[in-house]
Amino acid sequence: MKRVNAVVVGAGAAGGIVAKELSTAGLSVVLLERGKWYTANDCRKDDLRNQRTTVLGNAFGPEDEGNPRVWVDEKGVPHIALPSEGAYQNNAACVGGGTLSYGAQAWRYMPQDFRMRSTYGAPQGSSLEDWPISYDDLEPFYEKAEYEIGISGDYSGTPFHGPRKRPLPMPPLPPGREFGILEPAAKRLGLHPFHIPMARNSVPYNGRGPCMRCRWCVGFACEVDAKNGSQNTVIPIALQTGNCELRTECMVKEILTDEKGRAGGVSYFDERGRLQEQLSDVVVVSGCATESARLLLNSKSKLFPDGLGNRYDQVGRHLQGHLYTGAVGYFDFETYDDVGPGASIAISDYNHGSPGLCGGGMLANEFIRLPIHTVDRLPANTPRWGSGHKRAMRDWHKRSIVIMGPTQQIPMADGRMTVDSKVRDKWGLPVVRFSGNVHPHTMEIGDVQAKRAEAWLKEAGAVSTSQMTGRPQLVSAGQHQAGTCRMGNDPHGSVVNRNCQLHDVDNVFVIDSSVHVTNGGFNPVLTIMAIAYFASGELVRNWKGTGFRS
Amino acid sequence: MSNSYSRSGQMTRRQFVAISALGGAAAALGCSAGKRGNWEFLSEDRARTLTVLCDAIVPADEFPSASQAGVLTYIDRQLTRHYRRHQDTYREGLDRAYTLGMKHFGKEPAALSAELQEEFANDIAQQDRSFFELVRKHTFEGYYGSPRHGGNRDGVSWQMLGLADPPVRGRAQYDLNQRPPA
Repeated sequence: MKRVNAVVVGAGAAGGIVAKELSTAGLSVVLLERGKWYTANDCRKDDLRNQRTTVLGNAFGPEDEGNPRVWVDEKGVPHIALPSEGAYQNNAACVGGGTLSYGAQAWRYMPQDFRMRSTYGAPQGSSLEDWPISYDDLEPFYEKAEYEIGISGDYSGTPFHGPRKRPLPMPPLPPGREFGILEPAAKRLGLHPFHIPMARNSVPYNGRGPCMRCRWCVGFACEVDAKNGSQNTVIPIALQTGNCELRTECMVKEILTDEKGRAGGVSYFDERGRLQEQLSDVVVVSGCATESARLLLNSKSKLFPDGLGNRYDQVGRHLQGHLYTGAVGYFDFETYDDVGPGASIAISDYNHGSPGLCGGGMLANEFIRLPIHTVDRLPANTPRWGSGHKRAMRDWHKRSIVIMGPTQQIPMADGRMTVDSKVRDKWGLPVVRFSGNVHPHTMEIGDVQAKRAEAWLKEAGAVSTSQMTGRPQLVSAGQHQAGTCRMGNDPHGSVVNRNCQLHDVDNVFVIDSSVHVTNGGFNPVLTIMAIAYFASGELVRNWKGTGFRS
Repeated sequence: MSNSYSRSGQMTRRQFVAISALGGAAAALGCSAGKRGNWEFLSEDRARTLTVLCDAIVPADEFPSASQAGVLTYIDRQLTRHYRRHQDTYREGLDRAYTLGMKHFGKEPAALSAELQEEFANDIAQQDRSFFELVRKHTFEGYYGSPRHGGNRDGVSWQMLGLADPPVRGRAQYDLNQRPPA
């Protein structure tokens, strides 16, 4: 196979942007993706089989067959997890990655989110750190992501966000019924409600039409292609350059290194299971936090016996997603309007500045609930089954509002993933193994957030509420997974430098949520995209034409 | 946001409910006609016991019960597909339930009165908790999930909840140019 300038592993939020940025700069790129390329035509509104409700499997990969993971409980006992089970902490396996089927909240982190240790100090047992880059470093790239991917929304209702030079390119969708109920209530509480930024067309943009506001949004591909991910924005541009080749259903086995310790490409299993090699000047790993770390750990050689970039046992550590807590409010009037996407209003008053708490998170109303979600979200005194339960479904499905949000996690070195020594996937590769739990202080913050959500719902007129707080049994990753290849200046405590380049190998980059030092109190995708633009820019700037010399 | 669309949707819905209630009754007959060996996994005996449990979890009222809405078809199908791993659990759990019914009530569960069937289901819920929880989960999936998997026949549960059905695709029930109020 012809040698290329860059192999990019993973065609998700970050990988798509890297492929586009490198190929438009004139580099030859092969973009490898383990999953398939679905289009809007493949959208199937299946309440039981989508990317959020996976009782009958993931709609956009991976499939349950041949893709196990291992998780270790608090007693140290290992368990197998299938991709459709919660402990697997799945994101997706397809072109577009999570962005094909996500809810598409497209937040900027706040300036403080990049300086968590300086702002709060590190709680005991935590590995809370500052990023080596600041909000100001990323600001131009946040803006680029907002305009190239296409974000709708309106920040004007809140002072709680970092400085921005331009407004969002699209106005928010017209408010639904929940917005109308929640907005005045938040204002009465002295809060600052506003329209959630969304990677969703509210007006025609980028050659595609606006959202048709159906019930099936988060977890589904968009039937009218109004939801903006890498699969319908940057990847088509990359392919149009003629410099980028996308190969789907290709699972990368390892990054190949030479006797001098430089990367020479990757080996991978193609769509027919044949082992192939793709040689390249640069390897960019963009497989999402868990799969990127797994690839590094599985890339063992004489020079790198513990895996690539893992000289100081940092790969896989500081794993973090978000702790979601909140509340359900029950009303004596209909709150449900069947107008999607549902999530529309948020507050970021509680992300920072609460005495005694290291951070917090935004709170927002939930996407439209499908009936299957209401089954276990009924008032506390509801019978768990029988005619009382059935009646309660009728009473409350259209008279309830969920407010919840992602609590920014306090990372820990032992909240981590490794690769399992015995369990293999269908390609024979060692699989992800999770261990550790969420930091206790994260749970305390989550409890406070649930009370705040409850107060907002009560102010909005809820006749009763119930809190959604659980005690996780496992380190959190899931669709917001981050932190396994931390960015930093010190090679002893991080895996990549501020340009997402491995400390150990100068022509291997990790560009995705793996590099997040902390994960903000927001959905992470826009930050992943901003970093991808930022790091691709640095890579291109340091490119010398015939090979990569940093 | 409520407009002529959702109002007319509701009218259709009411008519639809009336029709599907009839459909439900016919479906119930169809279930007992399962003697023809319609199940992919379940035996006739086990299907009868499972019907008792599912219908205790979602009983009939003015809307169909679990079995009337096709929940057994859902569970049976999935036991040869996505839920293959639960085959033993169902086989053994349903046999235990049958035995318990015979022991406590002297009759097979399906032959008990409605009142005793509920008591029987309560016994299983308490004495065989993890099996009952699995049946509960699968029953709700079948009843409230997508009709394409065999349950929620004709979208009866969505009709019951007053959700517009069939959902309108590509609707634009808002003004594109209208900005939100300041």
